[in-house]
Amino acid sequence: MGHALTSEQAAARTLFHLQDEHDHEAGGSTLLGFWIYLMSDCLIFAVLFATYGVLGGNYAAGPGPKDLFDLPLVALNTSMLLLSSITYGFAMLSSYRNNVAGTQAWLFITGLFGAAFLGIELYEFAHMIHLGATPQRSAFLSAFFTLVGTHGLHVTFGIVWLITLMVQIGKHGLNRANARRLACLSLFWHFLDVIWIGVFTFVYLMGMLR
Amino acid sequence: MMSQAELPVLDPIFGRLSFAALPLHEPILVATFVAVAIGGIALLAGVTRYQLWGYLWREWITTIDHKRIGIMYMILGIVMLLRGFADAIMMRLQQAIAFGGSEGYLNAHHYDQIFTAHGVIMIFFVAMPLVTGLMNYIVPLQIGARDVAFPFLNNFSFWMTTAGAVLVMFSLFVGEFARTGWLAYPPLSGIQYSPDVGVDYYIWALQIAGVGTLLSGVNLLATIIKMRAPGMTLMKMPVFTWTSLCTNVLIVAAFPVLTAVLVMLSLDRYVGTNFFTNDFGGNPMMYVNLIWIWGHPEVYILILPLFGVFSEVTSTFSGKRLFGYSSMVYATVVITILSYIVWLHHFFTMGSGASVNSFFGITTMIISIPTGAKLFNWLFTMYRGRIRFELPMMWTVAFMLTFVIGGMTGVLLAVPPADFVLHNSLFLIAHFHNVIIGGVLFGLFAGINYWFPKAFGFKLDRFWGLVSFWLWVIGFWVAFMPLYVLGLMGVTRRLRYFEDPSLQIWFQIAAVGAGLIAIGIGAMLVQFYVSFRKRNELRDTTGDPWDGRTLEWSTSSPPPVYNFAFTPIVHDGDAWWDMKQRGYQRPLSGFRAILMPANTGAGFILAVLSTVFGFAMVWYMWWLAIASFIGLVGYTIYHTFNYNREYHLTLEDVVRAEDERTRQLAAVRS
Repeated sequence: MGHALTSEQAAARTLFHLQDEHDHEAGGSTLLGFWIYLMSDCLIFAVLFATYGVLGGNYAAGPGPKDLFDLPLVALNTSMLLLSSITYGFAMLSSYRNNVAGTQAWLFITGLFGAAFLGIELYEFAHMIHLGATPQRSAFLSAFFTLVGTHGLHVTFGIVWLITLMVQIGKHGLNRANARRLACLSLFWHFLDVIWIGVFTFVYLMGMLR
Repeated sequence: MMSQAELPVLDPIFGRLSFAALPLHEPILVATFVAVAIGGIALLAGVTRYQLWGYLWREWITTIDHKRIGIMYMILGIVMLLRGFADAIMMRLQQAIAFGGSEGYLNAHHYDQIFTAHGVIMIFFVAMPLVTGLMNYIVPLQIGARDVAFPFLNNFSFWMTTAGAVLVMFSLFVGEFARTGWLAYPPLSGIQYSPDVGVDYYIWALQIAGVGTLLSGVNLLATIIKMRAPGMTLMKMPVFTWTSLCTNVLIVAAFPVLTAVLVMLSLDRYVGTNFFTNDFGGNPMMYVNLIWIWGHPEVYILILPLFGVFSEVTSTFSGKRLFGYSSMVYATVVITILSYIVWLHHFFTMGSGASVNSFFGITTMIISIPTGAKLFNWLFTMYRGRIRFELPMMWTVAFMLTFVIGGMTGVLLAVPPADFVLHNSLFLIAHFHNVIIGGVLFGLFAGINYWFPKAFGFKLDRFWGLVSFWLWVIGFWVAFMPLYVLGLMGVTRRLRYFEDPSLQIWFQIAAVGAGLIAIGIGAMLVQFYVSFRKRNELRDTTGDPWDGRTLEWSTSSPPPVYNFAFTPIVHDGDAWWDMKQRGYQRPLSGFRAILMPANTGAGFILAVLSTVFGFAMVWYMWWLAIASFIGLVGYTIYHTFNYNREYHLTLEDVVRAEDERTRQLAAVRS
């Protein structure tokens, strides 16, 4: 759509086709399409959250949240991800000024924060598994590892995408296609941040109250 | 939890795949394999003989034209219909003869695979491709667009759906398919009770096809929202586009649930987690809830677009504007929303208690109100219309008579106390075949007969169409009414053998019905063949063979690759009718070059890699799974480095196509 009927057209009511039409470049619907995709991804997380909600108390005589969660560590982890969202915002601002070097630098820092987040998460997982709290131990741990791990996989995928995009910006600069991709990755990255807020609150903080 | 000691040692190359996996001891499967192999070799030889590989690759496999992708979806659906129906008639035969000490001709191991495969194939690889194909072909034409919003993604979606179908077909000859029923409830589908590859085939086929379905949902949604012709406000969209919009909303809102729940089932099977196990805190009913949160919207995903087809057909062949357009739209939206809050009626017997069951029983019954409103709208559209009983209209009338019965038995089942008696009985089987055959399939046949001339430039043969029609309709009634009776007598579903000889006559009648449907399917294939032979007699040169009302009839049959030389401007809900009434003159000059998306083989290559990945996961060939996964990610990244995805269709090409159409139209007038 997008072409509102002009008043002349409406008045004449005789025009049945556009006479002077310009090329429609691909990508006009990309941001909407990506939003819709993100909402579907959000539903995957909704299902995992719901499953955690139902099974999260089934410890099967195994360890529970209070035995396993290290809140200061998770707080550090959370701050890594939140900071990466801020730095991605700076990358977007640089891209609006058409500043390729600035965009790349901020993307790089974002990737570092993302990698730090993943590193801490992997450390946490390894620690829990070392204690015998494996995904197989109880339905609670199955749901925990799957929910948090799915988020972690998304961040991993985001970092792969981020590196790819940095190469592409290096090659072609901030052309329209790259600017569009940057905006999509931005949506994706902030979306993961929002999901993590849910994980932090629902799994970790409320888990400590259980 | 599955302990590691129970697992047999895996071959490092072939995982658990060995010659024992080939069903050489099943004569039926061996014969089928021989037939499929001969047919396949003949097909490949034919393609090679006539040097069609290049043509197929360039014009079809790599195409991003929504029309060709739509046609390929339809072909996939019809091919898989033959497979799914073969399963159906085998079951009918088994149940008709397995009485009084006769074991029938199918052993339990095989029979259980057949009823599972029948359900999975009919829903995922027949109904879904046919519905998606129809939407793919028609929606962009109805909204006056040149393609969908993401043409490459469209090609990718199609090939992912096909990859899923290929995996299911593999399971016929390599290993086995699930023996769990089409929704693979745990704990039966868990590793403990189904240690073989069947459930893994099921999981990976659905996951891979699911990627295709979800992306095609995103694609069509963005297309309908963003690419409508100027002037086409939401309330001026054709009803088929409206129902497609709602269906794609449902796809995007439901399929992620299926993805997530199957991921958890695979984790239980592959990693040993305890989501749906009987011990360590697992809860199988969580699976049943989640899969129906996808499953119930799914049945509306299937039926809604066909409600759109019936609306278009009724209005066209009654020569009248659709009665109650806005109530039709609101009814569709209401059904869309309600379909999401009725899932629990599939397992009232779970024991959720009276309050929960009442809630879901009532929401279920409420759905019959908007659906009933639709039926009255169609009837009032026909009232005082000049009805032409062409094939699409015949199917529509048969739908109205059949679907109402299915709807009413559905309302009956929605009453929890009644459901406690009828749960999992053949009454339920009769009910959902009543709505899926009488609604979805009849609608698809109406749609195929209606839009075939648009897609191929000639109408379908009426005589063979009528033969197919009567056989299907009568066959349906003969096949499924006995199942209502049996269900009321308490016969449950999925049984392979019966003790009570008084039941046999009903199964024999049902088998006769299935036989009639088989001939009906045959007649439909004959119809395609005869129509192709008589294509010059049946030719549509006007582009508007039925005196249609919506924009797809304003362009030629088949439409040019760019659909419309000029983007139409819409002033009325029945846009093309309005244009015809007001003496619209087709422009003969002023054409321009058109920017079009370029073909790419990326979708096909990614789908092949996905098939390999799925197969490797099923057979525990870890090295191959890792390699194909790296291939998938790597090729995707590689594909994103291609920035040249469009080309200009030259002015000469556009002028040539439009001049040809001018000549055709002039020939019609003279």
